[in-house]
Amino acid sequence: MAEFFHMGGYALYVWTSFGIAAVVLLLNIVLPLQQHREVLRRAADFHELEGRTKQ
Amino acid sequence: MNSNASHVNSVAMKNPGFFTRWFHRMASPVWFYQISGKLLPWLWVLFAVLLVTGLYGGLVTAPADYQQGDSFRIIYVHVPAAWMSMFVYMVMAVSGAIALIWRMKLAEMVMVSCAPIGAGFTFIALVTGSLWGKPMWGAWWVWDARLTAELILLFLYLGVIGLYSAIEDKRMASRAVAILALVGIVNIPIIHYSVEWWNTLHQGATVTKFDKPSIHIDMLIPLLLMAGAFKVFFAISLLLRTRNELLERELPRQWVKQLVEEKDG
Repeated sequence: MAEFFHMGGYALYVWTSFGIAAVVLLLNIVLPLQQHREVLRRAADFHELEGRTKQ
Repeated sequence: MNSNASHVNSVAMKNPGFFTRWFHRMASPVWFYQISGKLLPWLWVLFAVLLVTGLYGGLVTAPADYQQGDSFRIIYVHVPAAWMSMFVYMVMAVSGAIALIWRMKLAEMVMVSCAPIGAGFTFIALVTGSLWGKPMWGAWWVWDARLTAELILLFLYLGVIGLYSAIEDKRMASRAVAILALVGIVNIPIIHYSVEWWNTLHQGATVTKFDKPSIHIDMLIPLLLMAGAFKVFFAISLLLRTRNELLERELPRQWVKQLVEEKDG
């Protein structure tokens, strides 16, 4: 197991590469999901407000 | 004569061909929103399977390289990211062309949604390349053709993002971005062939050439699995972003109202 993490002496380069890739990919999911919640909330506000002004 | 022609026309309008119907349905926002919502869970499952098998194969079962030792394992993020950086650009440019020619709103949204994802892949390719170059070439960065062209690709993506957010009217912004994306397409063959056209430190193609791939099968299979995982990831992220863009633009519409009411109820 220790040998696996050691990566034949290239641990720093290999694991940093995989780590950075993971972070960038994760951001590409988390940010759109946050944006999704935000736009749905704004849509709800908009239509609620519109409903009230019509009455 | 005239009435005959108009009769023919009206028949054609009532019975559009399969392709025309498909094309118009593709452009329908509600239809796209529903179908993409149904597709996403399946894409997540596929992504998970490809990622887990690809990572296991690449990090555990693939043998170490006879020259580069275990450092070659960076290939499993570097190469899929580099391939995707070009693939996403092609999707973006083709969507831009469709948006320009047919004024299809959905194509505009797909185009602008591609840019941040493509920028992410390009960033991964550049940084992991740097982390691979340091132990193998002895330098974090060299100004050679392949690396420079890939850096220009990153600037093209950032240019698309910046231009789109700088213009208030989103339809006009889309047209400007589409032209930029189409002009920037010249960079793609330059990236791909740079290792052949110029003397470069970057190694030549091992997989994407007409010859047999010069890579051992135990190393190749995980690479293809990871490439598949990255491609499915792109589909997921693209759908998420395009759905947001769609909601944003269609916010006052009736179907969005129904959508938020269903969520609340």
